[in-house]
Amino acid sequence: MSLTEDKLIQMYTTMVRIREFETKVEEFFAAGKIPGFVHLYIGEEAVATGTCAVLTDKDYITSTHRGHGHLIAKGGDLKRMMAELFGKKTGYCKGKGGSMHIADVDLGILGANGIVGGGGPIANGAALAAQYRGTDQVAVCFFGDGASNQGTTQEAMNLASAWKLPVVFVNENNGYGISCPTCKSMAVADIADRAAAYDMPGVVVDGNDVVAVYEAVAEAVDRARRGDGPSLIECKTYRWRGHFEGDACTYRDEAEVQSWMAKDPIKRLREKLLEQGILTEDKDREIRDAIARELEAAVAFAEESPLPAPEEVLEDVYA
Amino acid sequence: MPTKTYLQAINEALRQEMERDPDVFIMGEDVGPFGGCFGVTKGLYEQFGEKRVKDTPITESAIIGAATGAAAAGLRPVCEIMFVDFIGVALDQLFNQAAKMRYMFGGKAKIPMVLRTPQGAGIGAAAQHSQSLEAWFAHVPGLKVAMPATPYDAKGLLITAIRDDNPVVFLEHKLLYGLEGDVPDEPYTVPFGKAQVHREGTDVTIVATAKMLHTSLEAADVLAKDGMSAEVIDPRTLVPFDTDTIVESVKKTHGLVVVHEAVKHAGFGAEIAAQVAELAFDYLDGPIVRVAAPFTPVPFSPPLEQAYIPGVDDVVTAVKKIRA
Ligand SMILES: Cc1ncc(C[n+]2csc(CCOP(=O)(O)OP(=O)(O)O)c2C)c(N)n1
Ligand SMILES: [Mg+2]
Repeated sequence: MSLTEDKLIQMYTTMVRIREFETKVEEFFAAGKIPGFVHLYIGEEAVATGTCAVLTDKDYITSTHRGHGHLIAKGGDLKRMMAELFGKKTGYCKGKGGSMHIADVDLGILGANGIVGGGGPIANGAALAAQYRGTDQVAVCFFGDGASNQGTTQEAMNLASAWKLPVVFVNENNGYGISCPTCKSMAVADIADRAAAYDMPGVVVDGNDVVAVYEAVAEAVDRARRGDGPSLIECKTYRWRGHFEGDACTYRDEAEVQSWMAKDPIKRLREKLLEQGILTEDKDREIRDAIARELEAAVAFAEESPLPAPEEVLEDVYA
Repeated sequence: MPTKTYLQAINEALRQEMERDPDVFIMGEDVGPFGGCFGVTKGLYEQFGEKRVKDTPITESAIIGAATGAAAAGLRPVCEIMFVDFIGVALDQLFNQAAKMRYMFGGKAKIPMVLRTPQGAGIGAAAQHSQSLEAWFAHVPGLKVAMPATPYDAKGLLITAIRDDNPVVFLEHKLLYGLEGDVPDEPYTVPFGKAQVHREGTDVTIVATAKMLHTSLEAADVLAKDGMSAEVIDPRTLVPFDTDTIVESVKKTHGLVVVHEAVKHAGFGAEIAAQVAELAFDYLDGPIVRVAAPFTPVPFSPPLEQAYIPGVDDVVTAVKKIRA
């Protein structure tokens, strides 16, 4: 599969946007400006980016508690995301949702999710709607290694396969569900092996290689659009930060973290693109400056926006 | 008496019961070396090892089902669901299996299990991590439901729960984990079905659960300054429920305000109000008033969340409404 230079630059830009956004969130959470929980995506940018680069605005995704990267990759607006994290009225959910519930239904983003394993059945439903109406839309379900053990996830894969739903199950195997390493939560080494139980293709890809993710997802999306049913793609990756901000990470050692940081997905693509002359140092600076300005604007928007009024608590319960 | 936090009291109850009875063991997500998401099981893995403090995959159904089966087979599991909200994934194993086995089998099974789980709003954790769902559990025959509001009760009720031969849903309030109070070092039990009168009074009875007990005690202080004497009662367990203590109090005060953090609509306050109306209607000199959360999911943003959680003012206003 040959990716155009534009597409490669676009994916690089998206990964940097995610990294910089998350770095800002880390900073503002530490400063006490972001209430509740935040789960950062730093280190896993290639998965959301490579996957969403295959999709159109009409396609659907279901995200997770670690959702900022998925939302940005699917086209989410940084201003409204940041405002939501700050609990402001101008945020994606008017301050009602926060980090774990950001959604943009117009962009096919059916929500981050506070329930581990909550997304699979919903992705099926979106895919069912596409199949029902005869459109060529697909639905991608992002889910973690921990979520792969939930009944809901396994039920969703079975149903998707039995009904040949246009779904792509994109597993983000970052090695841990909070403190629990995959070796303690499952007996298989590869989550992709479980695809066999549902008679769907299951592949393992290097989740820190955005091109590899893109190619695997592209093939699965083609298959789904053709009406041949779902696929499971397991992306091996790693989260650099704690499970949530504030997690002391007592369950993993620094050498492991360092070894994965050496496989930084952004650095890898950057070096490759520089080598191939697709990216130059000047162009890189331009990209980063533009993102810095965009983020500055997003933070200013979030800071200057009003908080919701207390009586708004009663709104939006029913349609 | 030694001072301990609510969290330490629960931890101590678990440790002492595990020391006493080798059949007691713990299962849940991140309860092992990590010590639990809120730190409630800290140190237990180190003391009792992997066999008795078991980290599970993220599979709430399998956790509750395994506890049910192990209890049916004679062990005394204490399982943790990290947030009460996650019970949604696992309701069948609790409601249709654990709760009903004994009855369906004609009294031939015992399910001595405890399901510990934190509930409550106040940390900006939003709609899927902040609910108070006690009314759901209290609606299912076969389950017992405990809701400690103080460190003393947390330890004593948990020991009672572990020794009980029925499935007990033990609802901790996550904002109370840091609350300090007197807790004896030695093991002790607090009986189920026995309310506690925290403050005696003559003008109105306030029945409040979990964190709302403390809100109501503060409200009673405010009311006292206005010359109103409130009696404040914590039922401590919803199943079994101590109707008598509340009815006796209402016979004395002639007024009832019920306070809980769960949504008002179809909340447990409705049950309390109905019981008092059935048994002591003639003693009431005005309507029963409920103070509870509005009928909405729990919002994220602090001003919305604060508007959602019943506060001292809400309780004071409710009392003044019937004592104007
Ligand atoms: C049903 C449910 N159970 C437990 C949790 C608590 N929890 C939140 S994230 C998480 C770990 C998820 O691990 P994984 O799916 O691997 O995603 P990761 O955090 O590694 O991205 C857990 C246990 C939850 N939110 N929902
Ligand atoms: Mg994981």
